[in-house]
Amino acid sequence: MTEEIIIAGFGGQGVLSMGKILAYSGVMQNKEVSWMPSYGPEMRGGTANVTVIISDERISSPILNAYDTAIILNQQSMDKFEKTVKPGGLLIYDPNGLTRLPERKDINIYSIEAADEAGKRGLSKIFNMIVLGGFLKLKPLVAPEFIHKGLEKSLPARHHALIPENEKAIEIGKELLKPVHILN
Amino acid sequence: MGELRLMKGNEAVAEAAIRAGCDGYFGYPITPQSEVMEYLMAEKPFERTGMVVLQAESEVAAINMLYGGAGTGKMVMTSSSSPGVSLMQEGISYMAGAELPAVIVNIVRGGPGLGTIQPSQADYFQAVKGGGHGDYKMLVLAPASVQEMCDHVKLGFEKAYQYRTPVMILSDGAIGQMMEKVVLFDQVPRRTDAELIEQCPWASNGRPKTRNHNIITSLDLDPAGQERVNLKLQAKYKVMEQNEVLYEEIQCEDAEYLFVAFGLSARICQKAIDMARAKGIKVGLFRPITLYPFPSIEVSNVGNRVKGILVVEMNAGQMIEDVKLSVGCKVKIEHFGRFGGIIPAPDEVVRALEQKIIGG
Repeated sequence: MTEEIIIAGFGGQGVLSMGKILAYSGVMQNKEVSWMPSYGPEMRGGTANVTVIISDERISSPILNAYDTAIILNQQSMDKFEKTVKPGGLLIYDPNGLTRLPERKDINIYSIEAADEAGKRGLSKIFNMIVLGGFLKLKPLVAPEFIHKGLEKSLPARHHALIPENEKAIEIGKELLKPVHILN
Repeated sequence: MGELRLMKGNEAVAEAAIRAGCDGYFGYPITPQSEVMEYLMAEKPFERTGMVVLQAESEVAAINMLYGGAGTGKMVMTSSSSPGVSLMQEGISYMAGAELPAVIVNIVRGGPGLGTIQPSQADYFQAVKGGGHGDYKMLVLAPASVQEMCDHVKLGFEKAYQYRTPVMILSDGAIGQMMEKVVLFDQVPRRTDAELIEQCPWASNGRPKTRNHNIITSLDLDPAGQERVNLKLQAKYKVMEQNEVLYEEIQCEDAEYLFVAFGLSARICQKAIDMARAKGIKVGLFRPITLYPFPSIEVSNVGNRVKGILVVEMNAGQMIEDVKLSVGCKVKIEHFGRFGGIIPAPDEVVRALEQKIIGG
């Protein structure tokens, strides 16, 4: 099993930390992982993305231009990454703020209104965990107990009290997912 | 087994320095390697092992602090990125001349000039052909993973002291910034003063009555003396060339074509191998791990068994010169590169193999 994922959105949405929690959970489950962030000029302009690879085998290139899954959280990222999903692959997006929805017919597409839900609950910081929950429902690459360990490892100890809230957000995300275009 | 962590390449370098028993780190911030010093400052090794961490006023100051520290036998390290390493070249040449051990990490970014902050391999020539003046070499290690970023620091210090030479770790912004699993080696205690005096009888760290002054210098105005220094250095490099070559061969046994690549490019080539083999193209990878000493005999052995070689680098064609010198002219050798911070994608590499080598 190898899963190649791009997570892309604005800086501040928790894109990099979501990738880190996913990667650390993979490590806890004894998978091979790589986490490759954008750190260049595009990041300094406000957008952020991270490539996460989780595999049972040694990972070759940490840099890719085609992905099994794209998790897209703003319009710039939709414009850049919709076309990079492999045929038959998966695209998950949050419609909040999007002006153009995905148009591909050869991939599975789901929406998740995570920004809206996080706003309603007054918990903008768990936005990324809601999105992660949606992804994990479709691709349960790591078991919940390892997500827990991943959270413990990636969050500083002073934030460990917030782990149950993060886990709850993941569960909320699983319920929020809506199919948009499903391949037969 | 050691401790398992998920770390950035830059963080792994920093933690490895602490664990290798490093006495001092001197550096100046520059993207994409600033996490090395950030990690050290946060980790406070001055409380953990007594290791000094100092932000110098410039890269020029940092490399001269290395010269001073190494001159007393202390285990010292610096890190920077391309423009900063250019500033250090005078000091590196002096250290090679004075035979001072140290580890210098270059997390390469796109040049020339200030260039960009994105990854590149365009400092190959500077690292292996002597970016400073005079006939000198450094042992140059090219890690291709976060694990190797960690391991090469320890190996680098071992070799630096074994040969009394500066050692360079030549990595790039992508390997510095990315996180992978790393198994950390156990803490090696910092050497005591008594151990240091025993292991570094050449060091200038206080003269006991039993010997003359140890003088650390790269200056000898007498040309005959300076030639002797050069002959000694060249003899040392010969031994390094015989004993210190490191490389990796991947899927070379049945290969009809060969990629030669180091560092991040080698990782991209591994993906390209999978894609090419799915199309029925039997291609393998030869990955030099030491860039100096270059694995000349080894790449020649593999290279002369195949129909064509594509050297893949994030530069305009630097290591290809060493590949050509090694393999000779019986086999077709071409270069594929992206520059200025662009990382080649695996499918681009496969296309280049098809166009430049198989179809060309």
